[in-house]
Amino acid sequence: MSKEQETRLLRILEQNGRIDTEVLAKMLDEDVETVIQTINRLEDEHVILSYAAVINWNKVEQESQVAAMIDVKVTPQRGVGFDEVANRIQRFPEVSALYLMSGTYDLSVMVEGQTMEGVARFVSDKLSTLDAVLSTTTHFRLKKYKHDGIVFGEDEKDRRMVVSP
Amino acid sequence: MSMTAKKTNNRLSKAVTSIEPSGIRKFFELASTMEDCISLGVGEPDFVTPWNVREACMTSLEQGYTAYTANAGLLELRMAISDYMEDAFDVTYCPEEEIIVTVGASEAIDLAVRATVDPGDEVLVVTPSFVSYSPLITLAGATPVPVLTDSSTNFKLTAERLEEAITDRSRAIILSFPNNPTGAVMTKAELEAVAHVIQKHDLLVFSDEIYAELSYDEPHTAFSSINDMKDRTILINGFSKAFAMTGWRLGFVCAPKDITEAMLKIHQYSLMCAPTQAQHGALEALRSGGDEVKKMVESYYSRRNYIVNSLNEIGLSCHMPGGSFYAFPSIEATGMDDQTFAEKLLLEEKVAVVPGSVFGEGGEGHVRCSYATGMKQLQTAVERIERFVKRHTKTNLSS
Ligand SMILES: Cc1ncc(COP(=O)(O)O)c(C=O)c1O
Repeated sequence: MSKEQETRLLRILEQNGRIDTEVLAKMLDEDVETVIQTINRLEDEHVILSYAAVINWNKVEQESQVAAMIDVKVTPQRGVGFDEVANRIQRFPEVSALYLMSGTYDLSVMVEGQTMEGVARFVSDKLSTLDAVLSTTTHFRLKKYKHDGIVFGEDEKDRRMVVSP
Repeated sequence: MSMTAKKTNNRLSKAVTSIEPSGIRKFFELASTMEDCISLGVGEPDFVTPWNVREACMTSLEQGYTAYTANAGLLELRMAISDYMEDAFDVTYCPEEEIIVTVGASEAIDLAVRATVDPGDEVLVVTPSFVSYSPLITLAGATPVPVLTDSSTNFKLTAERLEEAITDRSRAIILSFPNNPTGAVMTKAELEAVAHVIQKHDLLVFSDEIYAELSYDEPHTAFSSINDMKDRTILINGFSKAFAMTGWRLGFVCAPKDITEAMLKIHQYSLMCAPTQAQHGALEALRSGGDEVKKMVESYYSRRNYIVNSLNEIGLSCHMPGGSFYAFPSIEATGMDDQTFAEKLLLEEKVAVVPGSVFGEGGEGHVRCSYATGMKQLQTAVERIERFVKRHTKTNLSS
């Protein structure tokens, strides 16, 4: 499969990780065997890391989660820069995402938990106490409008006429 | 009493009585009464216009741009169109003298015909094709003459076919690639072969390239980019398909100065100018819409592959269309004609497709399936069509 086709395949999977392989093969105009092999290889190469669903937890009662985005200033360490402290932070199960940022702070830590107290405790007990951490600013997420390119609202209705020239 | 009745009978023009309402309308009426119908009958994108374009239009309204524009359209927009045509298709048109912003490609087609054709002239129309061409030619007092394309050439126009259809009265030809409904495209070399015949017989060319951006396998060739063709070509394009802007009613036409001037007279008296707020949206579409167009094209591309591969698997043989968003399978395997097939499919399986014969000669025996529909619906449609075809091919064998 060409590099171009491979990118197409990844784009489609990114949109729909559960797509039927036969349908996928038809969409790419490739045979099923080639598609299976390519996917296996991309999994082996850790290009495809996992197949996750995007869930609107707001609609699932009692399962609503709180999430916070924490701006963290740290002292970079000689030789390893930010990687060492990042490596420590990313291992906490509460951390759902971690990015190194340009600008007024260094690390952006996404934390998800069942309750606000839980998140607050994580920040004060685990995060702030790390040697390299200079300061933290915690922002709680109030509402999700759009996530990973997906709008969390009503579906946009098809407003076209059923048949047109 | 009898006087009134007589008057009523005669009050419509001969020209308008001589044309039929579009065959698509009948189908629309039938399909729109069906619940849970999956429509592959829609000739427009399933995307909503990109947000930045909608936003630019709203801003123009907030800022009070509610007056007429120049007859030919906002100069800024014509300049953007000129740049776009050069970047995308390597053709140069002067924004002041060779471009008019129109109310859709639809108006552009009408302008081209009315500005150049006289009663008694013949205008060649590549068929099957978009439903408006022949009626507009008839309304202008000229005679449409079909030039057939068929599946043996993947619905491409050949020089031989064109040569056969030309008479002393032939004045112009409407080219329409990428094609609605066949999805056919013409490569540069194929267009050159046709251009040779056009040159020989001194024809004008109305080239409707509204689907130019939706070319999947190789870049689109604008007809006026072919050697010596620019001076005889009226190039028609628009925002409807590429930018998902059908309801905005905005297109444009590029042509040599004398023809542009003539078209502008008709346009200024019949329409004054294209809608101002739509022009502001279009300007934004040209400035920043490129990425969105790419995304949409990518999405049509995989849906095209899916539906064409599926239709062939089901037994409805279908060439791989190089452009637009239509698959045009033959339904020969079912033994039905296209009208019956489309009606039965709608009533029995609630899938709307358009019978090929509404697109003129050569369309019979085929149906147009638009794949500008979500993948989920396409998959369901394919399942339903498969069930339908299986059921009806079996009856045929046993009878
Ligand atoms: C080939 C072709 N030309 C022109 C048009 C009309 O386009 P517009 O919306 O710009 O009037 C269509 C629309 O279906 C079409 O398929």
